[in-house]
Amino acid sequence: MKKILLTLLFILFGTTAYADGHCSKPSGSINILANDFPALRTFVETAKGCKGSADFKVTHSSEHNKIAVPALTANPSEFSARIAANSSIVPLMNQDLIRPMDDLVKKYGKGIQDSQLITIDGKVMAVAFMANTQHLYYREDVLKELGIPVPKTYEEVVAASEKIRASGKMQHPYAAAYKAGWNLAEEFVNMFIGHGGEFFKAGTAEPNINNAKGVATLNMLKKLASLSNPDYLTHDSEAIKVEWESGKVALMTLWASRSGTLLDDEGDAKITAATKLTGPATVGGGNIPAATLWWDGFTLAKNRSDSDAEASFIALAHAASNKKMVADAADQAVWLVEGFVPGPKSIGVIEAVKMGAKPYPMLPQMGLMHGALGSEIVEFLQGKESAEQALKDVEAAYISKAKEQGFL
Amino acid sequence: MPNKTFFWFFLPTGLAMILFIGLPIISTGIQSFYAQHDQVVKEVKKCDPFGCTVSIVVDQEATSVLRDERPLGKFNGIGTYVDRNHLAIEQISEFWNETDTFGDFIDQVTNLPFYKALLFTLTYCLFVTPNVLLLGFIIALSLNAISRKIRGPLIFGTILPMIVTPLVGSLVLFWMIDAEGIIGANLQLMMEDPYLSLKSSRTLTWITIIIYGIWHHSPFAFVVFYAALQTVPQEPVEAAIIDGASRYQRIRHIVLPHIYPVVTFVALISLMDNFRVFEPIIGFSAEGSAQSLSWLIYDNLVNEEVILFGSAAATSMMTIIGIAILLAPVLIRTWKEFRTAR
Repeated sequence: MKKILLTLLFILFGTTAYADGHCSKPSGSINILANDFPALRTFVETAKGCKGSADFKVTHSSEHNKIAVPALTANPSEFSARIAANSSIVPLMNQDLIRPMDDLVKKYGKGIQDSQLITIDGKVMAVAFMANTQHLYYREDVLKELGIPVPKTYEEVVAASEKIRASGKMQHPYAAAYKAGWNLAEEFVNMFIGHGGEFFKAGTAEPNINNAKGVATLNMLKKLASLSNPDYLTHDSEAIKVEWESGKVALMTLWASRSGTLLDDEGDAKITAATKLTGPATVGGGNIPAATLWWDGFTLAKNRSDSDAEASFIALAHAASNKKMVADAADQAVWLVEGFVPGPKSIGVIEAVKMGAKPYPMLPQMGLMHGALGSEIVEFLQGKESAEQALKDVEAAYISKAKEQGFL
Repeated sequence: MPNKTFFWFFLPTGLAMILFIGLPIISTGIQSFYAQHDQVVKEVKKCDPFGCTVSIVVDQEATSVLRDERPLGKFNGIGTYVDRNHLAIEQISEFWNETDTFGDFIDQVTNLPFYKALLFTLTYCLFVTPNVLLLGFIIALSLNAISRKIRGPLIFGTILPMIVTPLVGSLVLFWMIDAEGIIGANLQLMMEDPYLSLKSSRTLTWITIIIYGIWHHSPFAFVVFYAALQTVPQEPVEAAIIDGASRYQRIRHIVLPHIYPVVTFVALISLMDNFRVFEPIIGFSAEGSAQSLSWLIYDNLVNEEVILFGSAAATSMMTIIGIAILLAPVLIRTWKEFRTAR
């Protein structure tokens, strides 16, 4: 844990002598697939600044996960590069769709720090440029008025929310993205890791969630859900952001990358001023936070010509080592790029790392577990079945899928 | 039309149907019998900005050898069809032995993803189809009786729900029934229950989607019925009026028998459409409470980071079989009528 902290501090404050943003004028064709949020748009725009004579195209889409595998399977593939995160790189690795880039890093990766390199089996498969996590947001004015200290654990979040509800100030004081499917499963993953759970039996792909930790996780999720807007099962990150901005929520678990849009000038100035960030909460007496650490980085498509891969790398590496970009867009993300000075909007991620948060599990079969969780725990939250039954269903659904995929 | 002329007329359509519908169905059928190769995994050291760990990855070299040998994957027979996420034969026999009452048994079975989806799909079909026929017929009759001057604008207004893109239509309603939306908030006020939510209760979600389905599909039935009503001959109707038949009797004994083939047609199309219900589930973000067979296929293909082709193919095949079973009575009847007519 100490090592991780040191690494992060090194990433954040480390300085080396390289000139920033050098660009070796690539040629060829660059086509990038990326998720759609402000920091990634900034990143790709910066890369465009170093397109040289290359043809430069980009697709920003929140549906990026759905197109990535088919688009990169084609040969030649539609995209020459894909901006991925620790979960979305896994299907690309499973299908052998991305190429190692050690030679390119050596040749053109001057400004990139070693800590940015994602190496798997000794080969550089991605270059990370920002970090993300889910952490707590709170309304300072509401907590102060009711004399509630800033919660550090989910038990305190529950107590604080109950107090706010009892005071009559807010009916549904807590919010988190509990939309059935990917979002809800992500909340389970966070809470389960917070309880110290391991998703699979050591060294195998056998599920390992139907136990006391799984039950405790579900019970905590249900308690929090009961303090949320009754429509929680249909609310994603965007929906709870809107709830927050309308002043109906005082405590919220949300992505760090969304803090920029919460704290901008749009919306009610009073709410914005009272919106404060803190680290992720722990749960069940554990000492690691109930949250997962994420990185966003770029990968290069395998089924594309070497020259296109080279051109894409030059442009993207230009952005991934750009001091000017991280200075200008310091409040858009927690950049892992050299020269980044963390501001108040980075508190969540930095606290998470300090507290020893774990990265999202990068296992080949994790996507199947995530999918099974997203649909099978809904009925427990609706009060239609017991926690044990829900966990049994998750395991059964996962096992069928894993068998079909050849993991079991 | 001579058979030869018919053949040449039909040829382009026939070819397109074989190419774009027939072959994909065959390919889907073949895929449903295959599963992925056993994954060869290896332990490797993984480093990222948060530190290094020992983790496992898929061994690409070993896997590519397997893939080159048999690109379709591992032959699985009907393995995918009977697994827990589909027909769940094993689980069902287990439930049968374990449960004491029939109610418990049904509860357990409808907790399985395929049966859960089937239950919703059938409920949706059973409620939406007859109501669409009834509502469409009533609207067509009433509009047919209205003065010609205002008929045009009224017809336009009536077919609006069909013109609106399904996703947009469901999204509009979705926001209205949100706990903070105009319908949702007013319902809470009326019922004096701040925790009431149309979206969190399964029953209420089902009712919402069914009402939406009726609203969306009725115009189609209306348009077809309205066209059919224009062809009802006036002489028997006038004769019936002279004989003193009431309005109901005229509809029952003259209009309905006349447009009966059209009713069968609308029922067929509407059953087929409803069995494939999908958009409202996405539009209403109702995945939690309502899942249909089409949604299951979509979920297997896009919601997982690992795409489950075998599962999706198996569900697709079962959906096709399901539609065939549902349509069978109507088709058999039409066939019999066709033969007696000849």
